[in-house]
Amino acid sequence: MQNITYREDRMYQIGVAVFLLVILLIIAIPFWRVIVTAFTPLDIYTREGVPFFLPFKDWTPEAFTQLMGHTQFPRAFMNSVIITVSGTALSLALTVPLAYGLSNREIPGHKALMFIILLVFLFNPGLVPSYLLVTKLKLTNSFLAIILPPAVSVYNTLVMMSFFEGLPRELREVARLDGANELQVLWHVILPLSKPILLTIGLFYAVHFWNEFFTPILYLNDNDLLPLPVLLRNILISAQFNEFVEFNAFSSTSVESLKAAGVLITMIPMLIIYPWIQRYFTKGTLVGSVKE
Amino acid sequence: MVLHRVRRWVMPIWKNRFIYLLMLPTLIYFVIFKYGPIWNAQIAFKDFKPLLGVWGSPWAGLEHFKTFISSFYFDRLILNTIIFSVLKIVLGIPLAVVCAIALHETVLARFRTVVQTVIYLPHFLSWVIMFGVLLTLLSPGSGLINDVIRNLGGEPITFLTSPDYFRGVVVLSYIWKETGWSTILYLAALLSINPELYEAAAVDGASHFQRIWNISIPGILQVIVLVTLLRIGSILNAGFNQVFMLYSIPVYSVGDIIDTWVYRQGILQFEFSLATAVGLFKGVIGLVLVLVSNQVAKRVANQSLF
Repeated sequence: MQNITYREDRMYQIGVAVFLLVILLIIAIPFWRVIVTAFTPLDIYTREGVPFFLPFKDWTPEAFTQLMGHTQFPRAFMNSVIITVSGTALSLALTVPLAYGLSNREIPGHKALMFIILLVFLFNPGLVPSYLLVTKLKLTNSFLAIILPPAVSVYNTLVMMSFFEGLPRELREVARLDGANELQVLWHVILPLSKPILLTIGLFYAVHFWNEFFTPILYLNDNDLLPLPVLLRNILISAQFNEFVEFNAFSSTSVESLKAAGVLITMIPMLIIYPWIQRYFTKGTLVGSVKE
Repeated sequence: MVLHRVRRWVMPIWKNRFIYLLMLPTLIYFVIFKYGPIWNAQIAFKDFKPLLGVWGSPWAGLEHFKTFISSFYFDRLILNTIIFSVLKIVLGIPLAVVCAIALHETVLARFRTVVQTVIYLPHFLSWVIMFGVLLTLLSPGSGLINDVIRNLGGEPITFLTSPDYFRGVVVLSYIWKETGWSTILYLAALLSINPELYEAAAVDGASHFQRIWNISIPGILQVIVLVTLLRIGSILNAGFNQVFMLYSIPVYSVGDIIDTWVYRQGILQFEFSLATAVGLFKGVIGLVLVLVSNQVAKRVANQSLF
């Protein structure tokens, strides 16, 4: 009897593992394809296209050296870094005080403030009204047009607020009795206890700013200001690199490899911080802060 | 007496003045960047002339709404938007539930972590990157899937520009990107089920599938209902960034959604008032749907979304 259940358990576990392996491969194979495409040398590409397995001796970083050697690419990379760092800093600087203030439920007008904030969370008047606002404020062709309008996410504010509410109330009461003002309470008492939530919300903001490509298309006309995703998009949608003739002139790599290399370079910062964020959400501690 | 009453009102406000002061910059930000657009939305009822400004432009009543509802685009945009949303919900949620259950069932802890790490990753990538990934799979010249089709003796397919395939590409690429991440909610619910229930069922001789059906599924049903309601509440958000990135003129008939049309009409064709009316139409329906979903969630799952 024991033996039968044991064998049945094993068969079951193998079935589950095979299913998960299939899922894993479905996600992993496209990434593998991007990597191989980026490293395939031109002669192999013209002879047989992109192979599924490329013998390791044939791998060439040519596409990466060409992209990084081009003036536009490093500049776009820097633009993205500037947008991401300043955007995240601004977002946190605006989100934290509001979340802290709202976590004091006893203050007069708390309900009204919550209503003001929830209303814009639930009601979105659409693209054109925001566009008119940004142009009216003359923010076009400035990074402010990218980082200011989405600076505070209501959702992130509410998540942070409920985290602050979860901290023991006595901490701030005692600090206030000791004569600390609210800024000191927030800075010296609340924030040191809030590292996980600051990190998570900060990373959500950072991911948003790093990935943003639509508002830069909308508001930045100057080619020198374009962030990485927009440059990548231009490269991907230009079938023969019309705007990037320089690449073709010395062509020692295929257009497909350049595109794939661009995808990988844009992904790298995400891959670097990813294992770091990942620790937080596998623990399941941040389920409340998971964004749909 | 009056003074006393005033003191009762003012004292708590004065006592908390620094809290208000702390929130002030963010509240000013809200007024400008969140309520500014709502103020601008009045041009949906006006004939907006940039020189006259939002306030100075003449009123037009419901003219733009009528134009949109009677236009050729109305049916197409609503249909495409809802088809994308419904397919994403109907295929995405069950698949995420199955994956979460499989992750929960496996005894290989290391392997589970590896799978989780890999399947969460695509969620953090932008649709530009996804477009690049899709090109290496779908491009007629060097895409992996077209290589396979060629090896099987078929003709390469232009997936991204063919109206027959475009909807499938949108829905499947969304599922590929987001399903892994959405397992996280179900997995958390599964982990909070009391393990003694499983042990007791095993002692009673319940099979694995009986345990899943009678313990796991009921344990996460509430989460499934909540997620489904939340998604129905935002059914008019069919994924602007995705469609904007993937679509092109040949597939407008099957791929154009409300948001992409608003962008082209409003920003590229300068039809500010008409596009605002359509955006507002969508915003109001969205608000109603979310509020209704929230009420239903309160009734059905005894939990509200906000």
